[in-house]
Amino acid sequence: MEAFRQHMGLVAPLDRANVDTDAIIPKQFLKSIKRSGFGPNLFDEWRYMDHGEPGVDNSRRVLNPNFVLNQDRYRGATVLLTRKNFGCGSSREHAPWALQQFGFKAIVAPSFADIFFNNCFKNGLLPIVLSEAEVDHLFNATLATLGMKLNIDLARQVVEIPGAEAYQFDVEDHRKQSLLNGWDEIGLSLLQADKIRAYEAARQTREPWIFS
Amino acid sequence: MTQISASAASCTLYDKLWNAHRVHDEPDGTALIYIDRHLVHEVTSPQAFEGLEIAGRKPWRIHSIVATADHNVPTTGRQAGIADPISRLQVETLDANIEKFGVPVYFGMNDARQGIVHVIGPEQGATLPGMTVVCGDSHTSTHGAFAALAFGIGTSEVEHVMATQCLVTKKSKSLLIRVEGKSGRGVTAKDMVLAIIGKIGTAGGTGHAIEFAGAAIRALSMEGRMTVCNMAIEAGARAGMIGVDEKTIAYLRGRPHAPRENEFEQAAQYWRTLVSDDGAVFDRVVELDASTIKPQVTWGTSPEMVVAIDGAVPEPATESDPVKRDAMERALQYMGLNSGTPIEQIKIDKVFIGSCTNSRIEDLRAAAGVVKGRHIAANVKLAMVVPGSGLVKRQAESEGLDKIFVAAGFEWREPGCSMCLGMNDDKLSPGERCASTSNRNFEGRQGAGGRTHLVSPEMAAAAAIAGRFADVRQVL
Ligand code: SF4
Repeated sequence: MEAFRQHMGLVAPLDRANVDTDAIIPKQFLKSIKRSGFGPNLFDEWRYMDHGEPGVDNSRRVLNPNFVLNQDRYRGATVLLTRKNFGCGSSREHAPWALQQFGFKAIVAPSFADIFFNNCFKNGLLPIVLSEAEVDHLFNATLATLGMKLNIDLARQVVEIPGAEAYQFDVEDHRKQSLLNGWDEIGLSLLQADKIRAYEAARQTREPWIFS
Repeated sequence: MTQISASAASCTLYDKLWNAHRVHDEPDGTALIYIDRHLVHEVTSPQAFEGLEIAGRKPWRIHSIVATADHNVPTTGRQAGIADPISRLQVETLDANIEKFGVPVYFGMNDARQGIVHVIGPEQGATLPGMTVVCGDSHTSTHGAFAALAFGIGTSEVEHVMATQCLVTKKSKSLLIRVEGKSGRGVTAKDMVLAIIGKIGTAGGTGHAIEFAGAAIRALSMEGRMTVCNMAIEAGARAGMIGVDEKTIAYLRGRPHAPRENEFEQAAQYWRTLVSDDGAVFDRVVELDASTIKPQVTWGTSPEMVVAIDGAVPEPATESDPVKRDAMERALQYMGLNSGTPIEQIKIDKVFIGSCTNSRIEDLRAAAGVVKGRHIAANVKLAMVVPGSGLVKRQAESEGLDKIFVAAGFEWREPGCSMCLGMNDDKLSPGERCASTSNRNFEGRQGAGGRTHLVSPEMAAAAAIAGRFADVRQVL
């Protein structure tokens, strides 16, 4: 997995709550059997004036000028600032893939949907939970300041407006270590192979039907 | 929170399932938990199989996998194969992976037992009480109706389970949703769960495992319980579950993958312990009275935007939270609705009866009961019934339900996800309004620009007949 240690980047404010995975990456793009190529179709229905389909040349489509990511001041943003329950809906990992392949490294919100939150960590995309008040403040700061950047330091668990406020965030230790080190989580679990086998053997005597 | 010794203390069902699957504890409170059943479909598995292959890893326990093709499959003319080359490639990739990795249980597109993954798991007895069940699909919560710990995972985790038979995860908080009382005529499991989501919101269960309990839940059939658990994810909870009772056991007896004879009795004895102990403590409790629930209809673009059939489209100005108010206004615009319009005056263009929420035999019987001897309204362009599996379809046909639907002007289709999300050809056109028995009314979910109203099968049937939303209680 891709490591994440520290990142400083331009912030884009997506001022909506309950942004669902169908909005992040519409289902027609889920037909791909690959892990890449989803970035151009991130937020497809909001970003373009027409309807997107796989295989269409996205560079020739007309962008929706009102959508925040299409505004010049947010071009090249790598930190997405948004509202609560981001990523609700389906389990599609295509959602964090699309965000990451678009260029985002981190997402800041008051809360995330559980499966989406989990999927982000598996891909080196850092979801950061701050309080509603802190997120509100960041929205105001982002709108007020052209080119506002945030510095995110995972080791210190801090989000800061350079030279101004800094906010502490929580992250489970195993997730933090995996991200900092870019560990292969499957490899880590396989270190417990003996325990898994012992568990299976015990379970087999108690509930043999599970294994038939 | 203080740790109570496991043996003496009262446990919730979730505690029991969690404890029974812990393989290894990490110091930060996460655990490696063992996965008993892994359901696989074509959309979220190709990258996982590929990852496994690239890393040179073998599936840990191939017999834990039950696979089917459901999201991309056509619901008509299946003999001709899948016309869309990209959809076809995804299904063919699953076929090839099944073959390559040697997955023994696969219901491919042309198998008589093929169907929506969350319908066939229980139908085959592949979902059993006491299991951990995962699938690269958020509606895996459905299987919790069998007192299983069942939840959706992403593709990286699909690969993780294939390679290790385990997942690293943290225990959720527990939420008990108790529905007491007796629901009225025409009020179904779907109405109950929509009312729950209307009450607690789509993020109400985030970070929690929900247990549904109470007299009204007990009174539901297994199909109804699956409908309720299916939508736990729509309330933000990865897992929803219901304790075992005799209905659970009766449903499973004789299913192809359930234990047989003596072993079944031995299993059933254990399964009966899979209930929350008296005095078990939950982190949160929410209570509802079933007798106050009316048939529900969503009006917006999130399942929490729901009102009773005798209500009206709400007024955003009455909402004090500015983010919510904004979302309401946006939803009204997307849905093409005005505040104050009575729900019963909203006309529809299409009707979809299907999806892993409501495509089981009981759902089809209920809907057929409403349409029998009637005909869909002239303004309804398409009304379709998509059974959840080939076996549901066959059962319905043996009861003559297909004839009732067809006589009423419905199309009777082949099983699959269909217009629940429209990855195949079944979708709404921009601006079309649909009464749908599925689970998500997100923007574009059933087709770009499509407008989805979530309802029960009975309510969808009543809407098809009236050409607008109608109170099924007056039709029954
Ligand atoms: S029926 Fe709908 S919700 Fe269920 S698995 Fe298929 S696409 Fe997902």
